[in-house]
Amino acid sequence: MSGVFVGMPAFPEAAREAVRDGRLRANLRHATHTIRDKRARAVAELADWAELREAGKRIKDRTLRHLDTHLIRLEEAVTAAGGTVHWAADAAEANRIVTELVKATGETEVVKVKSMATQEIGLNDHLETEGIRAYETDLAELIVQLGEDRPSHILVPAIHRNRAEIRDIFRTQMGCWGRPAPDGLSDSPAELAEAARLHLREKFLRAKVGISGANFMVAETGTLVVVESEGNGRMCLTLPETLISVVGIEKVVPTWRDLEVFLQTLPRSSTAERMNPYTSMWTGTTDDDGPQAFHLVLLDNGRTDALADEVGRQALRCIRCSACLNVCPVYERAGGHAYGSVYPGPIGAILTPQLRGTTSEVDASLPYASSLCGACYDVCPVAIDIPEVLVHLREKVADRGGKGHRLEKAAIKAAGWVLDHPAALAAGERLASKTRTLHPRKLPGPGVGPWTESRDLPELPAEPFRDWWRRNRGKNRPEPRPEDRTGDRP
Amino acid sequence: MRVALFVTCVNDAVFPATGVATVRLLERLGVEVDFPAAQTCCGQPPFNTGYRRETAPLVRRTVGAFEGYDHVVVPSGSCAAMVRHHYPAFGPDAAALGPRTYELTEFLVDVLGVTDVGAYFPHTVTYHPSCHGLRMLGLGARPRRLLESVKGLELRELPGAEECCGFGGTFAVKNPDVSAAMGADKVANAVATGAEVLCGADNSCLLHVGGMLSRRGVPLRAVHLAEVLASTEEEPWR
Repeated sequence: MSGVFVGMPAFPEAAREAVRDGRLRANLRHATHTIRDKRARAVAELADWAELREAGKRIKDRTLRHLDTHLIRLEEAVTAAGGTVHWAADAAEANRIVTELVKATGETEVVKVKSMATQEIGLNDHLETEGIRAYETDLAELIVQLGEDRPSHILVPAIHRNRAEIRDIFRTQMGCWGRPAPDGLSDSPAELAEAARLHLREKFLRAKVGISGANFMVAETGTLVVVESEGNGRMCLTLPETLISVVGIEKVVPTWRDLEVFLQTLPRSSTAERMNPYTSMWTGTTDDDGPQAFHLVLLDNGRTDALADEVGRQALRCIRCSACLNVCPVYERAGGHAYGSVYPGPIGAILTPQLRGTTSEVDASLPYASSLCGACYDVCPVAIDIPEVLVHLREKVADRGGKGHRLEKAAIKAAGWVLDHPAALAAGERLASKTRTLHPRKLPGPGVGPWTESRDLPELPAEPFRDWWRRNRGKNRPEPRPEDRTGDRP
Repeated sequence: MRVALFVTCVNDAVFPATGVATVRLLERLGVEVDFPAAQTCCGQPPFNTGYRRETAPLVRRTVGAFEGYDHVVVPSGSCAAMVRHHYPAFGPDAAALGPRTYELTEFLVDVLGVTDVGAYFPHTVTYHPSCHGLRMLGLGARPRRLLESVKGLELRELPGAEECCGFGGTFAVKNPDVSAAMGADKVANAVATGAEVLCGADNSCLLHVGGMLSRRGVPLRAVHLAEVLASTEEEPWR
């Protein structure tokens, strides 16, 4: 995945900074709550939402079970339609293929459609080192690129920015990349959009090479599909002479019929629209219409590893709608950057460790970046049980026994022994209760320390429940004495 | 009908009043309750932290402790969800416990068929539906219907009620800053209702939110739903 996230600290440390950033918190809260409420209304309009969700899940699962067959069928169809298919095992191979294809055209700049796959492989940075400049044309990606920033959301990569920040970025940076922002640019959305439109238009009209991803690839005809809101994608897909699409292998669907489900669930889940404004579909090349050369780079980059995991593979159903990010209470407080990946939020917490492994500190911390509240699973349009995968990945991390996990395992084992010996448990409870006046409500040190930074420990009761039971309800219990009345309210 | 109370480890050690209230409530409704002493913990903490192997002995113990009971009543949505949703992965015996396990409000509304339990609690109350009860068990309107039938109780709507309080078991310790930020928002929403009591059906969440209330010196008490429902005019709870 992208080099821009290399060396990230573990999630809890990165999140600590974000939590303390009042402006970031306010931006995120406003944006996520607005879109989550809109999504809920858009989904509630459909009486058959549950059936669509189940259908989406089944189509994806069925396709993934026979992924090799569908990919070969796709390759045949794309080739028959005049396109060329390339297979990339990892990010390095995909970057090399794209670079060679661009260099073969003799061009030194490309326009890009918003694409998670190219973000994942860090394509822009790689092209830059090869002397090729990639221009992002999606408004939010443009903001991120001009701000020398990192994306923090799948659908709205500049969600952490407010309009005043965007105006400042446009004013100072647009001139370095092309047409400068108009004089006296305000932070009104209409003016900001117009500035972006003018800035991008010269790039659309000049570009000879376009680079995209795809939301879906239809195996039966070799057709690629991009859904978008702004129309920049349509420009990049139709104006250049050469089009290169980098697409994850899990994006294939067998037939056009399958699209029927996703073209309903994706827009409602992502932008809360009944239908997205632009749906572009293309099949190979067409004489005298659109790009005359089309290359499809099929990207693995860890996907077949994920596919081999019976629990984890459901993450490959993801259609990148972002609904899980928008409802996640952890994402809302921590922001996207803390996840150290182009895939933030709940889906990132299960996708990134599967695509990259869990050897780095941040990747090993991601499965724990959740309270397991389950809001993500509820809204997922392809029913990915994210909490289930998180727990599964925690198991893998704990098994590896990395940093801190050996001590944790010992503690869990010790607690497990006590809990498997009720007499020992009762003795411990009684000791705690007897010495309860000695227990401070704030404690330093690891384990309990993080708890008492922001919360008091509860006062311990006079006796554990099991002792109350034995005294008051147990077999052969003595006649209730007057003081037992108070035992009803320990 | 043989009914066993699964009090849960947190209630046993830290919140015995909730166990006592559950016993009193069920007995008042004519249910004979038993407390099998072999019970300890359902195994959720190690399971959710990624220690499945270490969870297995606790699952076996729990299954054994409740063998032969028709109904197992748990005053915790989270522990009930552990048994119902995750026990099947530990074999057929463990799976068989799920259908016999009821979160307290499920047992009251679905098995006993009551929503008015004859309680009296003259306070303003706001209710936080904990995530596992809400989403994994689908408790829905059950807690609210029970609370609405309590005499003297005024129920206040909790803004953002369905958002997680930030407890999440070991999450609260592994990600203390995000957890505290979530808890702070929950506290602010609860305080905004002007209620005297923040009620919930999971003491682990109330341990977290209650600990924040205490630290901030907020005059709002966190009280388990069982204690509200156990309260009567003759024997008011606290």
